[in-house]
Amino acid sequence: MIEAVGLHKSFGDTHALAGLDLDVAEGTILGVLGPNGAGKTTAVRVLTTLTRPDAGHATVAGIDVLRHPSEVRAKIGVAGQYAALDELLTGRENLRMVGRLYRVSTSDVRRRADELLERFELTDAADRTVKTYSGGMRRRLDLGAALMAQPPVIFLDEPTTGLDPKGRLSMWDLIAGLARSGTTVLMTTQYLEEADQLADDIVVIDHGRVIARGSADDLKRQVGGERLEITISDAPWLDMARTVLEAFGEGPARVHEEERRVSVAVASHDGVLTRAIRELDAAGVHVDDIGFRRPTLDEVFLSLTGRGVVEPAEVEA
Amino acid sequence: MTGFVWWLRDSWEMVKRNLIHIRRTPELLLDVTLSPIMFVLLFSFVFGGAINVGSEGGEEASYINFLMAGIFVQTVAFAGIYTGVLLANDLQKGMIDRFRSLPMSQSAVLTGRTVTDLMRATLAVAIMWIVGMLVGFRPEGGLVGNFAAVGIMLLFGFALSWVGVAMGALVRTPEALQGIMFAVVFPLTFVSSAFVPTETMPNWMRIFAENQPMTHVVNAVRDLTLGTDLYAAELPSVIWSVAFLAAFFPLGLWLYRRRTTQ
Ligand SMILES: Nc1ncnc2c1ncn2[C@@H]1O[C@H](COP(=O)(O)OP(=O)(O)OP(=O)(O)O)[C@@H](O)[C@H]1O
Ligand SMILES: [Mg+2]
Repeated sequence: MIEAVGLHKSFGDTHALAGLDLDVAEGTILGVLGPNGAGKTTAVRVLTTLTRPDAGHATVAGIDVLRHPSEVRAKIGVAGQYAALDELLTGRENLRMVGRLYRVSTSDVRRRADELLERFELTDAADRTVKTYSGGMRRRLDLGAALMAQPPVIFLDEPTTGLDPKGRLSMWDLIAGLARSGTTVLMTTQYLEEADQLADDIVVIDHGRVIARGSADDLKRQVGGERLEITISDAPWLDMARTVLEAFGEGPARVHEEERRVSVAVASHDGVLTRAIRELDAAGVHVDDIGFRRPTLDEVFLSLTGRGVVEPAEVEA
Repeated sequence: MTGFVWWLRDSWEMVKRNLIHIRRTPELLLDVTLSPIMFVLLFSFVFGGAINVGSEGGEEASYINFLMAGIFVQTVAFAGIYTGVLLANDLQKGMIDRFRSLPMSQSAVLTGRTVTDLMRATLAVAIMWIVGMLVGFRPEGGLVGNFAAVGIMLLFGFALSWVGVAMGALVRTPEALQGIMFAVVFPLTFVSSAFVPTETMPNWMRIFAENQPMTHVVNAVRDLTLGTDLYAAELPSVIWSVAFLAAFFPLGLWLYRRRTTQ
């Protein structure tokens, strides 16, 4: 439903996109994950006809983005990183205007605007100018505008940034609902949890290029399996703890000195915990905390983008 | 529906949006209401006695009758270029991105803007006409002449709106354009027949003054409102306006596209 091949875009010396490839199947959600400046917004802007790429080619709903931008626009809804609303119009006026410009029929425009205001809990504020809206209200109205024409493809650039936890959850519900009803969604996010929750597929981009793709589980596997992690009481025993753990772990242990934490990759759970406790005790190491830990998507992300290590003080032993 | 009908509907949608803006922030109308009133009053009372605009059938010609054409055209010219400031303002806001992601006619954003500003200019002309009459303006051009005069000044204002569009798409901030606007429009109005007869200017200035568009438009409006020279000298003013339109309509569209596409 969305396809991009070799997109390039430079702003002066900055290569915002450096050969980006994307592919989103109909009715699925693609989560585009990347740190600040990775090129997420630029990618969305190219796919939504707002920015012309220097090279590469893209289609949305089978239509060439560069050759037939206005036909693409009829098929997409866009909620950008910053709300694109008219401050001096009321919420209702904004939605109706956008609806009419989408060429939705007059009666449908009214009905649909009311429905969306209701769904986004904006009915009470519907007749106030957007100037008076809070950040979260603007976000919701902006998404409402993107949905006015019930387009088959939706682009959401950081849709939950600036929402409170409740707002975030209801936005998640909504996005998941869109995909269930067959809408194709491309969303960017900096929250790994969000991509993990919502996306069928995730691509991690950095410096304008895809550096990893797959499901959340694929990505976790890519970084390594489970680790046994212990926190000990007294820092001087760190070396001893490492020696003990390395004896039955896979590969080198990681030591975080400040937090007196040692971890090691393990192949299975079988008897590992009891054995670790017994051996540590025998070696005279006092353990505060012990357990298995799967890598979080955050770690995946950071280890893939290489932007800072998982924990700066952690050293490969 | 055909593309043309959609273009009309989208443009009207943009006009409605601009009118709502005006309704919610009436200050936006000060430049086409208060300022022209001030100009009519100040010029007629302060300069009225001092400036001699020649005689008419033995009687000294009335300065207010002479002056009104100048004030009309100056106001309409400012309102026209001011389109650029309003557009530059819009370009700084996120709404333009919304419009550009919609399947609407993209030029409707610009035609909506210039048509709204034509309405603003019409309001200004109406107010000035009334205030002028209150302080002694006596148009003698008859219904046809007066309507032709209004048509000529509004056409000029509309053409300058497209100059404004081009400038608005070029500048980074509305404030910058405001500066440029005064630096361009003021000299053009003062070095013209707007407020004084060009005969008293130094030779070199006079050559410029008598051949620049503002003078042609002012003269046409003056002749038509005063009924002195019906339809003989009006052609150049219309040609200037049409030429501006022919050049700046496509240029404005092109610059706007370039600015918003990156
Ligand atoms: N209009 C522009 N002019 C100049 N540089 C730009 C422009 N737009 C983007 N860039 C640069 O391109 C790079 C990618 O920007 P982009 O906005 O796509 O990143 P992003 O992944 O959306 O980041 P964020 O998470 O901060 O929103 C950045 O280095 C940015 O400075
Ligand atoms: Mg961004």
